[in-house]
Amino acid sequence: MMTRRDFLRNGAGAFTIGMAAPSFLTELAHAQGAASRSLVVLYFGGGNDALSTLISYNDPFYYSRRPTIAIPAGNVLQIGSDSSKVALGLHTQLTGLRAIFDEGRLGIIQRTGYENSSRSHFQGQDIWGSANPANPQTLGWLGRYLDTLPAPVNPLVAWDALREIPRALFSDHVSVPAIPSAASYTYASPNTGNEAALERTYAQRIASHVPIDRPHLAFVNSNIDAAMNTLDKVALVTKYQSSLTYPTSGLGQSLKTVAGAISKNVGTKVFWVQLGGFDTHASQVGTNGAYPRLMTELNDAVLAFYNDLRSQGLLDQVLLTSFSEFGRRAYENGSVGCDHGAAGLMFVLGGAVRGGLYGTAASLNPDPKNPTLENNGGDVHYETDFRSVYARIIDGWLGADSVSLLAGDFRKPDLKFI
Amino acid sequence: MASRDEAVKHLLRRAGFGASPNELEFYSELNHRQAVDTLVDYEQFDDDVDAFIGVPGYVNVTVRGTFSPNTVINDARQRWLFRMVHTARPLQEKMTLFWHNHFATAYSKVAGAYGASDATRMMAAKASEDPAKLQGQVETIRTLCLGSFRDLVIAMAKDPAMLVWLDGRFNTKQKPQENFGRELMELFSMGVGFYRESDVYAAARVFTGWNLRRTTTSREDLYPVYEFVYNAAAHDAAAKTFTFPIYPDGSPTIPSRSADGGMQDGIDLITAVVSYPPTARRLVTRLWNSFVSELNPPPEELVADFAQAYLNHNYDLRLLMRSMLTSGNFRSEANYFTKYSWPAEFVARGLKEVGWTGFSVNDAVSQMVNMGQVLYEPPDVAGWEQGAGWISTGGMLARMNFASQLSKAQVTNLVNQVRPYSKTADAVLSYFLDRLSPSPYEDASYNDLRSYLLASGAWTGSDAQLRVKVPGLVHLIVGSAEYLFV
Repeated sequence: MMTRRDFLRNGAGAFTIGMAAPSFLTELAHAQGAASRSLVVLYFGGGNDALSTLISYNDPFYYSRRPTIAIPAGNVLQIGSDSSKVALGLHTQLTGLRAIFDEGRLGIIQRTGYENSSRSHFQGQDIWGSANPANPQTLGWLGRYLDTLPAPVNPLVAWDALREIPRALFSDHVSVPAIPSAASYTYASPNTGNEAALERTYAQRIASHVPIDRPHLAFVNSNIDAAMNTLDKVALVTKYQSSLTYPTSGLGQSLKTVAGAISKNVGTKVFWVQLGGFDTHASQVGTNGAYPRLMTELNDAVLAFYNDLRSQGLLDQVLLTSFSEFGRRAYENGSVGCDHGAAGLMFVLGGAVRGGLYGTAASLNPDPKNPTLENNGGDVHYETDFRSVYARIIDGWLGADSVSLLAGDFRKPDLKFI
Repeated sequence: MASRDEAVKHLLRRAGFGASPNELEFYSELNHRQAVDTLVDYEQFDDDVDAFIGVPGYVNVTVRGTFSPNTVINDARQRWLFRMVHTARPLQEKMTLFWHNHFATAYSKVAGAYGASDATRMMAAKASEDPAKLQGQVETIRTLCLGSFRDLVIAMAKDPAMLVWLDGRFNTKQKPQENFGRELMELFSMGVGFYRESDVYAAARVFTGWNLRRTTTSREDLYPVYEFVYNAAAHDAAAKTFTFPIYPDGSPTIPSRSADGGMQDGIDLITAVVSYPPTARRLVTRLWNSFVSELNPPPEELVADFAQAYLNHNYDLRLLMRSMLTSGNFRSEANYFTKYSWPAEFVARGLKEVGWTGFSVNDAVSQMVNMGQVLYEPPDVAGWEQGAGWISTGGMLARMNFASQLSKAQVTNLVNQVRPYSKTADAVLSYFLDRLSPSPYEDASYNDLRSYLLASGAWTGSDAQLRVKVPGLVHLIVGSAEYLFV
């Protein structure tokens, strides 16, 4: 009898005709069959105050504990109630996201997190990146996915729009290119013509040697090599002309580049983009408040991206998901902001998404016995392990096996947003 | 055993930003101990490097209107790079950069609060040049970079830019603000694993009332005073208990004090964290990683010994650095080229080794954006992601493109300097390998460099050939992985 473990060890080749395919394999085949699916991960850097993104506007404790920073009920963009009958609404600026929600293409997973949530940005990033709270200094969850892809791997299989590679993309075998600006992703030379081409050839040749006992040198060389191998395709993406106008913001331009790469069909499976500035300890609202600006940037960029893909008929090929390293405290601090908290929320958006509200909202009742809070009623307690969301993305979209990649079964039957 | 030149180059790559020809000559006359003392006891040299900005013979700066390094952040970045290239006190700049990363504060948040000009002042102004005598954070670091770590932490806790960056200015008894208290323990001292959430809450209360005062003389005042102020009315005077010892007798509790005397709470907590053994070990390890080796971990014994010396000598950083740089571990060839260069190190070294004639540090500032290091703008409070974290495809292209721009700008000088060796391609290659001193190439890579020189036809050594091949070769070497390690 062929077991699941045998399959994972021996791969699909070990499978012979006549064996009944277990259901997970059918799903796997389905997911792998899609020609060019892309996952876009949008990281909210700094710890998003999820309680200001999705507002439980009938909860009196929301207003009593956040007298200065709460979003007034009248300004909330109502989107209905969750399964626990709590009425919810999006932040005032998220008009585009509400429209996408109304079209059934935006899912919001409430209270995502994990047990003993870290309040440290850096540990939190590592935990979300590795999907391994017990040992976060390991390879990334997406890096492990990239490692499962059969060789030869497209050098642009992943596209990191930051300068640094986030832990989620740390992989054993796959060199992930960092392309903060496609326009300046070029190779210059002090010479011209044939001599310039010769330098490029030799630079790559020098980088192609793999000294066995100098792994760090080999690592740098692999990056030079990957840069050389991706230059021409990235140059192609810079030629992308959108019929839509994207905002000039950092996120707007990042998502425009992502749309360009999808449109030019360069074969990228995982994109990583970031919107930073969520560490709102102070001046979160008010004149020039940080949060409304962030929500505006988010809304305008994602809406342009969504419309651009839709107009090209590419929406079904894309799943965008967002996360942050933690949510923020249930009550405000003295500087029109709030401190590091625990659970947050995740968005999933795309043509294949089953939109709607997943999970249940926290009550902000400060009673220490309130089960939706932790830390003496100070922070939101998680309801959905973030790895369950990852599991669904891995199984249902990337066509890989979440139990193996996450080293555990985090699948949740009622979390079929894709 | 490495030649004296190789040892000097190693020392200056680590304790400085590489060796210019003059520095190489000067330091080669000294033995290792003397060379280290010269670097560590840098007060023997005048602190006058800024006076040479704009003087012929030095690397250029790009001036837009007036060069204003105290009020325009891009000019501050140019000034700092200029110092890295030309200072007679390279270790002082190196330590300043090290602490800038350690107490990582980003200009942009300060600018969001007080505007570009005042934020530049708070980050970078020289007190002697600021009308209100404001001293920027990095200038404060520069004055304290080899003093007592305790003094440095206290100065950072009171630093105006830090009070904005970690929101200390909002920390009050009614609403304690955790940001500074948390990072003091997580990043500035002991690190994750040695404190608990309850310590974060207690630390926030300790620093209630440590605030920032802004004073103007008139509405049009272009140079407001920003200074630390202890606001007793905002201080939480109740006792605070920690999970680690605060006082030498082991007591974990800062006693209840009158609000007027409550500033001592913060001094007591800082003293406690800097004298906590996990802090000493973490500091020694971080210094080891920056100065001795990132790839080889420090021997446990060394960490224990150096940590003890730090604790026994009033948290003295000068003593620590002198011991580290004179240690056998530092001198061991096994530790040569075992550190990924930071972009600032990379560009300053490139300028010193390739040459700077007609080159503006402003071009380096621009390329450093894509390399992943913008001075005065660390990505977050943990500083830059170091080691392999610097490396990415985009970052490598930026390093190669800087090498291209620099080698192109230096063609005439490079050709003149190499002309005596121009008879064979081998002699030219050997001249540049000696001059640029990358980590050793494997045979295959060495042969590639050689083939590159010979690839477009017979070697003649003519100036016309040199003007093509020399910048191409320098581009290949400085852009290679071997040159990236220091």
